Amino acid sequence: MKPAAHVRKTALPGVGTRYDLNTEAGAHLSVVVHQDGRRIISFHDPEDDDACKDAAALAPAEATALSALLTPDPVAHLHQHLEIDLVTEHIPIGRRSPYAGRTLGATQARTRTGASIVAVLRRTDAFPSPTPDFRLALGDTLVVVGTREGADAVAELINGG
Amino acid sequence: MHDTTPLLIELGSIILGLGILGRLAGRIGFSPIPLYLLAGLAFGHGGLIPLAASEEFVATGAEIGVILLLLLLGLEYSASELVTNLRTQYPSGIVDLLLNAVPGAVAALLLGWGPVAAVALAGVTWISSSGVIAKVLGDLGRLGNRETPVILGVLVIEDLAMAVYLPLLTALLAGLSLAGGSVTLLISLGTVGAVLYLALRHGRLISRAVSSDNPEMLLLVVLGLTVLVAGIAQELQVSAAVGAFLVGIALSGEVAKGAHHLLAPLRDLFAAVFFVFFGLNTDPAAIPPVLVTALVLALVTTVTKIGTGWYAARRAGVRTAGRWRTGGTLVARGEFSIVIAGLAVGVEPRIGPLATAYVLILVILGPLAARWTEPLARRLTRGRKPKDAARTPGAAPAPGTPEQTDGVRGAV
Repeated sequence: MKPAAHVRKTALPGVGTRYDLNTEAGAHLSVVVHQDGRRIISFHDPEDDDACKDAAALAPAEATALSALLTPDPVAHLHQHLEIDLVTEHIPIGRRSPYAGRTLGATQARTRTGASIVAVLRRTDAFPSPTPDFRLALGDTLVVVGTREGADAVAELINGG
Repeated sequence: MHDTTPLLIELGSIILGLGILGRLAGRIGFSPIPLYLLAGLAFGHGGLIPLAASEEFVATGAEIGVILLLLLLGLEYSASELVTNLRTQYPSGIVDLLLNAVPGAVAALLLGWGPVAAVALAGVTWISSSGVIAKVLGDLGRLGNRETPVILGVLVIEDLAMAVYLPLLTALLAGLSLAGGSVTLLISLGTVGAVLYLALRHGRLISRAVSSDNPEMLLLVVLGLTVLVAGIAQELQVSAAVGAFLVGIALSGEVAKGAHHLLAPLRDLFAAVFFVFFGLNTDPAAIPPVLVTALVLALVTTVTKIGTGWYAARRAGVRTAGRWRTGGTLVARGEFSIVIAGLAVGVEPRIGPLATAYVLILVILGPLAARWTEPLARRLTRGRKPKDAARTPGAAPAPGTPEQTDGVRGAV
């Protein structure tokens, strides 16, 4: 039975709250919970422990995804279809996507990656089995089914990786 | 029914112009405040194109801008945060006041402007810009740093001190005698104390009374309440801004969150109008003669702010590099210097150009100081860097092995 890790808490008036964690291995991490809902994760500089070497700001959805990966839980949350080794992924069309406003056919996703786009989610609607002339918009979410590599390739393709 | 066509055209041009300027500022990663001031200078008295039709509206908008600036500042803090900070950080607050208000006061006296202007200019050089500094901390990725609570603590103390300082200033500006001024000050101190007490004890009741699930009603209630309290505060010679600040402090929890969310865009609009209004009423021709004075004042108060930050961080047990960072970050002055100058301009018009030049210099210098003070200081005091890492009180010192930290760096 391992002891629980100790996280220190500091109030940052007008900004939010900071949580510090010193790992067994000697790294010092901190997470700032911003009032606007962002999480800022920082790695402290071993040379100067008062300062951060690196900081990354996470939007709420990104923080959720990261926490799912960090939770020490068998891979239940990775949506595995164990039988046929297929995954279902939700891929949002972000601001950097070259395909916002273009048709599904223009992406040639199936030809390039082997994964299929089985539906498009837009606000509260879902468009199952979209045809190649379906026009994508900023903020849509593509539901992709395929191998892990295929789904990752679609994500890369859609968001201009 | 008056013909409002010229008003609409002028107002539209002003706001559209501000929007374009703001985008430009965002592009180069700067605070838009200096650009708004410059826009006001360009269009004001003695500027390129005098605006006539919209002057009255802009003046009213500027008043509302100040009220909203202070209201949202109050909403960001809970009463308990204020009291805790006051308890732990008051020596830093006093050092801050002595080091940074005195140069302004001395400058005004040397210029022969008299005691009232000295109090006003003291405020201009004293108060750092919480808006600029919060943004700079985020941009530089320093929110996780150990000195950040110290920086924010100093800002909180300053904001709280404004609640005492502004009534005093308005009383002096209104030409009240020392006795009248003391009465005003007593009233305002009593009010501040009462509001803090109420907010600490019964904050939930106040918030519940104001709370509404309908955002539209929440907006109307909070805005109406704030403007009304601000007006009453002004009537009592306590300054409208302070009244708004106290309303912000009294509201807490979900209501404060919701109100902040709803009012932030309004604040942005009217605060921009306020900065333009301040520029409008400053004659650009008056700036060059005071430029040298402003520059000297800016340099002196940059050094004194760095000293303040050094002291505050040392009290909190932050080490050398962090102390320099604290000082450098606190340098930026901005919106509140202009608010204070805006109050004083009616009595001492010469404050306007000086404050404008001063803020223009420091709002640009501030982020640079935040970024470069520590590396420069390290360069100058080379060769005295402690070698051990992870020296935090309350945590077991754990020597970090280089390979592992490299692994972390690679994973980011």
